[in-house]
Amino acid sequence: MEKKYYVEMRGVNKSFGSFQASKDIHFGIEKGKLIGLLGPSGSGKTTILRMLAGLETEDSGDILIDGKIVNNIPASKRGIGFVFQNYALFRYLTVYENIAFGLKVQKWPKEKIKARVEEMLQLVGLEETAKRYPNQLSGGQRQRIAFARALAPEPQLLLLDEPFAAVDAKVRQELRSWLREMITRVGVTSIFVTHDQDEAIEVADEIIVTNQGRIEQIGSPKEIYRNPQTPFVAQFIGQSAEVDNFRELTGYANAESSAVRAIVRPEYITVAKQGEFLKYSLDSEEGVVEQTAFRGNEIELKIRIKENLLTARRLLDDAPVEVGEHVRVFISRVYAFDEQKAYVIENAALNTQESLVI
Amino acid sequence: MKTQNKGGAVKWLLVAVSAFFLIVMLILPLVYVLITAFREGIQPFLAAVTDPYALKSIQLTLEATVIAVIINTIFGLFAAWSITKFQFRGKKVISTLIDLPLTVSPIIAGLIYVLTFGRQSFLYPYLKAAGISIIYAVPGIVMATIFVTFPFISREIIPVLTAAGTDEEEAAALMGANGWTIFRRVTFPHIKWALLYGIVLCTARAMGEFGAVSVLSGHLRGKTNTMPLYIELLYQGYDFTGAFAMSAILVVMAVFILILRNVFEYRGKKNEE
Amino acid sequence: MKQNKRKQRRVIPGFGLSLGVTITILSLIVIIPLCSLVIFTAQLSPAEFLKTVTSARVLASYKVSFTTALTASLINAVMGLIIAWVLVRYDFPGKRIMDGMIEIPFALPTAVAGISLTHMTVDSGWVGQLFGRFGIEIAYTRIGITVALVFIGIPFVVRSVQPVLEKVDPQYEEAASILGAGKNYTFFRVILPEILPSLIAGFTMAFARCLGEYGSVVFIAGNMPFETEITPLLIMSQLQEYDYASATSIALVMLAAAFLILFVNAVLQSRSSKIVSGIE
Repeated sequence: MEKKYYVEMRGVNKSFGSFQASKDIHFGIEKGKLIGLLGPSGSGKTTILRMLAGLETEDSGDILIDGKIVNNIPASKRGIGFVFQNYALFRYLTVYENIAFGLKVQKWPKEKIKARVEEMLQLVGLEETAKRYPNQLSGGQRQRIAFARALAPEPQLLLLDEPFAAVDAKVRQELRSWLREMITRVGVTSIFVTHDQDEAIEVADEIIVTNQGRIEQIGSPKEIYRNPQTPFVAQFIGQSAEVDNFRELTGYANAESSAVRAIVRPEYITVAKQGEFLKYSLDSEEGVVEQTAFRGNEIELKIRIKENLLTARRLLDDAPVEVGEHVRVFISRVYAFDEQKAYVIENAALNTQESLVI
Repeated sequence: MKTQNKGGAVKWLLVAVSAFFLIVMLILPLVYVLITAFREGIQPFLAAVTDPYALKSIQLTLEATVIAVIINTIFGLFAAWSITKFQFRGKKVISTLIDLPLTVSPIIAGLIYVLTFGRQSFLYPYLKAAGISIIYAVPGIVMATIFVTFPFISREIIPVLTAAGTDEEEAAALMGANGWTIFRRVTFPHIKWALLYGIVLCTARAMGEFGAVSVLSGHLRGKTNTMPLYIELLYQGYDFTGAFAMSAILVVMAVFILILRNVFEYRGKKNEE
Repeated sequence: MKQNKRKQRRVIPGFGLSLGVTITILSLIVIIPLCSLVIFTAQLSPAEFLKTVTSARVLASYKVSFTTALTASLINAVMGLIIAWVLVRYDFPGKRIMDGMIEIPFALPTAVAGISLTHMTVDSGWVGQLFGRFGIEIAYTRIGITVALVFIGIPFVVRSVQPVLEKVDPQYEEAASILGAGKNYTFFRVILPEILPSLIAGFTMAFARCLGEYGSVVFIAGNMPFETEITPLLIMSQLQEYDYASATSIALVMLAAAFLILFVNAVLQSRSSKIVSGIE
């Protein structure tokens, strides 16, 4: 059964000179969803966004919005709201005039403009700033005004280019949940670009991971996190350490996979001091603590197991571990990968009953 | 403040050297013009500047200046828009060509117009048939004035627009605004002061241009003399009072322009923070 | 990817119009006249060209132009540096006025400056009388030419160095002095390298301008062939005799010199920016 998509890209390519920014991009987005385009800088995510908006022209392929091919429809006629990375608020117009701009050029009647601007200002909770100029606002306020300006002409699709990049860390946290809430309330299909995985995982309904101009994986944040399908996603998401040959690790010797290398994430590592209870004790192995670092709510450990240096965590309240100490380590899951794909492989102990209890 | 408190002696020595140099080299010639112009009283001054030939030269200077400023303003705005808002091949070549008149000696500027429109040019027969004379006539003077002041306005606007980027214009275009609306509401406020500043510079240079205009005027007294050319004529005819009287007008203009320049520069800096 | 790209849409309107107007005016004012120079040059015979540009009188004019422009630009480099330093680093009464008057040579018509400087420095003038007592003649000598060129060139170095000097962080100097460096050492080893590219840029711009200057020099020079005749004046006199071939030949040499100066400057600039940015 084919899903009905609101926004679609079919086989889109784009290059700037000799640099290929988008390679055969295919994806579909359902109406009303909030999508995160996630990837490192230079991975082509912003290019995808700008092509959707019509700010760049694709070299080949089709872009569809609401079932219609929009390749030849100019940016201004696509019914898109766009929030620029630096907001691009008109510096010499007041907040009111900024929000009214799109309505004015669409020749809305005066009273309707006034009502809509006031509605938008109320929505973003900045009624008192109407007469100010953008440089009299804080970073967070500017972001909200940019959002209000983009939404004022009632677009069917809202695009946001790194919406949180220009504000400082503390405000960013606040704005994330604010934006999530706003978009849900307005119900507009939205796509935002980010290089910050936490941001994408926290805000988006669905994530599109890009790398070197290609789409690596599309899925819900949970899927992307738990089941990375490509080596890149396995490495890019989460905090990961790489193992050259994962079969050396206890519990993985007989894994059915052609892959050799693997990614190990801290959340799948349990560390126990000698004498502490460890559930799968038989299938654990010995490691040496090389480094400990205080991370606020937990302690981060670097543990040497054979040639591999893995990252693990222990809670702050657990008995302290010291550098040089020998500990028991149980690895419940690794992401093995070859050139093409990533595979989830669980420790053999989790599938066999007899090793469960000593 | 970056003021140095130590080394007071060095400070005042350097300030004194600078002040002395600037007063002797810049202020003295200015003051000298004014003093010489009025040395024989106000009557000879008035007589000199109201001479029909003097009035004619003032008129021609004004005409050439106004036309040059208008053309260069139009050019500057369009050139700045195309260069800063779009990517296209050949942009560097265009920028280089725009700045070229700055590096060309005014005499050579005059020469190339003589070569283009003069007797030996292939255009000459057509121009003659059409009854258009450019060389040794007003059009030549105007064109030479435009040439020597050509980059003055675009050079002031382009850096401001480059610094402002294209985001605001893109945002406005995305909302469906047309070019004129974008320019008027979004772009123009950025360049307002830079444009005025460029116009002032352009005016100053256009009024005072001597070399290029000198080549193209043919010195027909009264017909194709601008103020600087007329001053030369008077000076070489040993009519010093006349020459300095006309010069005094230009000195006053120059001081006025300098004041405007400083005001616009200050406002422009404040405008872009 | 060998398939044809789609025509790129431009989001901001007005590309065709603005580029069209730009190229039209640019062609009329700059490109066509320059082309006619090229066309005319192509008609010159090489032998004739060489003979013209190496004749004794022309060679002498190069020498006059070059030495006076170089001297004036060097004086301006030193004075310009001092003035920029004073304007950036010190506070004193009248600073705003001093800053504002730097541009007088841009605002004042060159012919006015020319007659004023000449009239002052002839034997009977204020300054001429003063220097005459020491047996120094200014008007109608190379000294006079140099004085006029110094006047013309003042703003170039000051306005080139000033903004760069403003950006030199006083912390550099503080760091150097904490490390025990003396004031002179700090200036020559820490500050000067920072502002040197702008000083060179200002110097070369002034030099190029001085080589081509006509209006202010023509009055004070006296225009004696072999003695005080500058190259632009020589072109002018060839033009007045309707000898376009000679005028163009000499003009080409001057253009080549101007471009060479700008080119050398560009090379020096890119080299020093490499040192600063650390890119090899």
